[in-house]
Order: sequence, then structure tokens, then C-alpha cells
Amino acid sequence: MSDSTGTRRRRLSVRRLGDHASLVAVAVFCLGPFYWMVVSSLRRTQDIFDSAPLPSPVSLDNYRAVFQPGNGFVRALGNSLVVAGVTTILTLIVGVFAAYALARLNFRFKRPVLALIVATSMFPGSLLIVPLLKLFTDIGWINSYQAMIVPNLSFALPLAVWNLTAFFRQLPFELEQAAMVDGCGAGQAFRKIILPLAAPGVFTTAIITFVVAWNEFMIALAMVNDQDMKTANVIVAQFTGQHGFDQPFGTQMAAGVVVTVPLVIAVLVFQRRIVAGLTSGGLK
Amino acid sequence: MTAYGGAGPLAGPARRVGQGRLAVALLSPTFAVLAVVIAFPIVAAVWDSLRVTTEGLNADGLVVQGERFGGLTNYTNLFSGAAGDRFRTALGNTTFFTVTTVAIETVLGLAMALLMHRAFRGRALFRAAVLVPWAIPTAISALLWRWIFATDGVANTILGRQVLWTADGIQAKFAVIIADTWKTAPFVALLVLAGLQVIPREVYEAASVDGATGVRRFFRITLPLVKPALLVAVMFRMMDALRMFDLPQVLVGAREPAVETLSQLAWDEATNLRYGPAAACATLLFGYIALAAYVFVRLLGADLVGDREARR
Repeated sequence: MSDSTGTRRRRLSVRRLGDHASLVAVAVFCLGPFYWMVVSSLRRTQDIFDSAPLPSPVSLDNYRAVFQPGNGFVRALGNSLVVAGVTTILTLIVGVFAAYALARLNFRFKRPVLALIVATSMFPGSLLIVPLLKLFTDIGWINSYQAMIVPNLSFALPLAVWNLTAFFRQLPFELEQAAMVDGCGAGQAFRKIILPLAAPGVFTTAIITFVVAWNEFMIALAMVNDQDMKTANVIVAQFTGQHGFDQPFGTQMAAGVVVTVPLVIAVLVFQRRIVAGLTSGGLK
Repeated sequence: MTAYGGAGPLAGPARRVGQGRLAVALLSPTFAVLAVVIAFPIVAAVWDSLRVTTEGLNADGLVVQGERFGGLTNYTNLFSGAAGDRFRTALGNTTFFTVTTVAIETVLGLAMALLMHRAFRGRALFRAAVLVPWAIPTAISALLWRWIFATDGVANTILGRQVLWTADGIQAKFAVIIADTWKTAPFVALLVLAGLQVIPREVYEAASVDGATGVRRFFRITLPLVKPALLVAVMFRMMDALRMFDLPQVLVGAREPAVETLSQLAWDEATNLRYGPAAACATLLFGYIALAAYVFVRLLGADLVGDREARR
């Protein structure tokens, strides 16, 4: 008796060890490359091809190089912030109304409408870029924020509507009904009851939308050729070193860390909520 | 439908009409935006794809450019001559990347999800780790992998050989596949994990009592029950892979036959002001994505938006 429980315990602990080892492998797989970006960004230019797991000596040269005025990196970060921020705000304002209707109201063609909205997020960006590039050239929008923000809505809005619909639907219907029995109109019930309760869902959607908009590259690359209007992703991808043709990897990694770290921190802090948002949407 | 607030003294056709009006009002801003950023570009792209640029001499003997209706010229041009080779290569690359990355990411993502599902301690930590590749912009992660795959980079140090990863040829394809897998396999894992978590524990207990082995439990219980979540994940991955742009563009470069995708080709043509061929290429890509989605849903019965809606 005691012998067999001993074996079982041993087998369990072996299994647990295997689990832990595999989990560590998963974590290394996910975080390893990111770690390498951070480590590389902290090397001196002459040590950049070192493959030691820790930089020695630690140097901030690359960060200094990134923030050199000539690079326009600070300006680019500001551009990214404007584009992603405005995209997020517009998306939420428009998306909240649609999601409320889809989640809480009773009307015909509800399912086709939702399916249609989700389907719009599947069009290839390159299909949209051809006519929009032409249109924006004609109306003089090239090198403007709106030339990046407006096409961004095509990716962000369907995602936000789908996410918000899932959140709104989780709220109990009795709340609204009680409010309406008490004489609130649908609009009032929405403003006073639903919106405050859905605030966490709206916030989650805001983070996800912001990450998606911050990561956008194709449109920003096509719509802007003025150095002062480029977003951070584009500027970093186009960094050229002081020495001509060789790629300034150290500087690029440092810039990559600066562009990425705020998002990584946000993701770590709001991890639970983001997962809830992504999986309830079931959609990137 | 009974769940949708139809009960009580407020139910009735009059109320439904009122809600319908409100719904139209609330949905119209979204549709107005989508009309501008989706519907207009699609119609315009199809229109552009049917127009050709012509050059001729005007009365003063100067070259003038004009546009005229060209029927399917832009489409047929995509299949012939040097442009045809480039288009076929891009089509092949797009298909190859989609099939390989989605297959690898599905298997890897499923394995990672099963692992994370078993671990009780530290699950939150691993979910956070999984989100890191998702949060890094694709363009930045492409640079990161370009650095890892540099001639003197860490990949070659670890392998102990000198592979020219991002130069050209099959290695460049591998580099794209590896980088894409890193970014999105964790994401597939996350979606599958969500599917795993709704499987009731009792199902497994009953199976254990009946003496089902681990492998059998996986194929007979886990896989069928997680299938809806898995198919949705695969479907969205597939559509994303078909329009891949940032990763090959930054990791390897534009106009590289080894990795050029249809999105890159269309983008390159559009930014060089060859709108007709660009639009034709993008339209074909759109048709390809729609066809792939349709076949996928038909063959595998993917649980799409509408169906999932209906069940709730």
C-alpha cells in the first residue's frame, strides 16, 4: 500500500518536472528573442556581434544614438502616439454604439450585420491601399495624420465592435429592463447603466485597439514619405547607419526596445483583461 | 432569441420596430466609416483593375498619358511575360507561407495550450509571456529576426555555421517561417487554451473511470471538444498569413523573389503608381482569401461568427 502510493507520488513528481521543463521551454521560446533585443541594445557598437548572454560592459551608446536629433525618432514616437491614439478614440466612439445595438437590441438582420462587420476585417490591406493611395494623392492627404488614421479604422473598427459586443452581451438584461420599467429610455439606460458597467470591457478593447494601431506598418509606409510624419515603426525600419550600407543593428534594437517596452509593460499589467478580450473576440 | 430582452410587458411588435430604428441609428456611424474605408476602396480597386494606362502623342508631338477601359488586360498581363513570372512566384510564396506557417503554428500552438492547461501554478505568468510576441510590432520583430539571422548573428553562432539567412533562396523562406511562427504560435495557443478551459472536468473523469488512456483521451475527447476554438484560430491565422506583408518586407526586403508575397507585389506596384496592375493583383488576392475561407468553412465546418451567435 505505502509502496504503491510512493511510486505514484514519484511518477507524479516526474511528470510535474516534465511539465515545468516544457513550460520553461515555452517561456524561453516566447521571451528569448525579446531578451536578445534588450541585451543587444545594451552592447557597445564594437561588441555588437558578441554572443555572450549578458552585455559586458553595459552601454547606453545605442540609446544615445537613437535619440540623436538627426534621427527624428522622438518626433516619430509622437506621430505613432497621435495615429494610434486618435484611431483608438475614434474606433471606440463609433464602435460602442454599434456594439450596443448588436448586443442589446432586438432587430432583424442582426446576425448578418455582425457577420458583415467582422468579415470586413479580413480584406487584404493591399487591396485597400491602391484606391486610398490614389484618393489621398488627389485630395492632398499624403503626409498627413488622417491618411494613416482613416485606413487604420478598417482594421480597428470591426475588431472593436466584435469585442465590445461580446462584453455588452455578458451584462444581465434585467438591469436595463428594470431601468426601463422605472421610466428610462433606451438611451438613458445605456448611458446610466450599461456604459459604466461595461467600462472594463471598453478599456480592454481600447488597449487591444491601441496595440493593433501602434503596430500598423503597411499603411504608414505607403501614405507618408515626409520624414517628419513617419511613424516609429517606419523610421526604425528605415534607419541607416552612419557608415552607409551596413545595418545599424545596435541602434535598431535600442529603438525596437523603446517602441516595444511600453506595450510589453501594458500587456503584462493588463494580461488577464487582454486575454479575456482576445479570446471572447476569438479574433486578432 | 428568447434571451434577447423579448420577455415581459415591454415585448411586442411596436417595441421591436422602435428598437429597429434605434439600431439603425446606432449602427449607421459604423457603416458610414466602413463604407469609406472598405466599400469604396473595394469598388475603386475593381474599377482600377479594369483600366489601363495608355501613352500617345498629342497634337504638339508630346507624350501624354491617359487611362482607358482595358477589360481584363491587367489580369491577363499578370499571367504572361516577366510580370507573369513575378506574379506566379508571389502566388507560390504566399501559398507556401500560408500552408507551412499555419500547419506549424497549429501543432505548436495546440501543444503549448495543452501544457499551459495542465500547469496550475504560474499559468498567468505564461499567459503574459505568450502575449509578448503578440505585442511587439511585426515590423520591429522582423528587424529583431533580421538581427538574429545576420551573418555574424546569434542564430549562426548557435548553429556553428554560416548560413546566409536573409540573402535569398530557401533560407530566406525559412527565416520568414521561423519569425512568423514565433510571433503567432503563442497567439494560437492562447485561443486554444480558452477553448480547453470550457471543457468540463467530469468528461475526463468519466473517461478515466472507463479506462481510457492519455492518447485516447486526447483524440476522443480533447480534440473534438476543442475543435471549434481551434478552427476559429486556424481560420483567422490563415487569412492573416495570406495577406502577409510586414515580415518579409522588413526581414528580407522588397522585390525579393524568394519571399515576395502577393501583398508585397500589389503594394510595390501601387507605390510605383502602376495602379491598374496593383489593383488587379490585390483583387486576385482578395478572391484567393475569400475562396480559401469558403473552402475552409465548407470542408471543416468551421464555427463561424453566425453559428456561434446562434448557439448563445
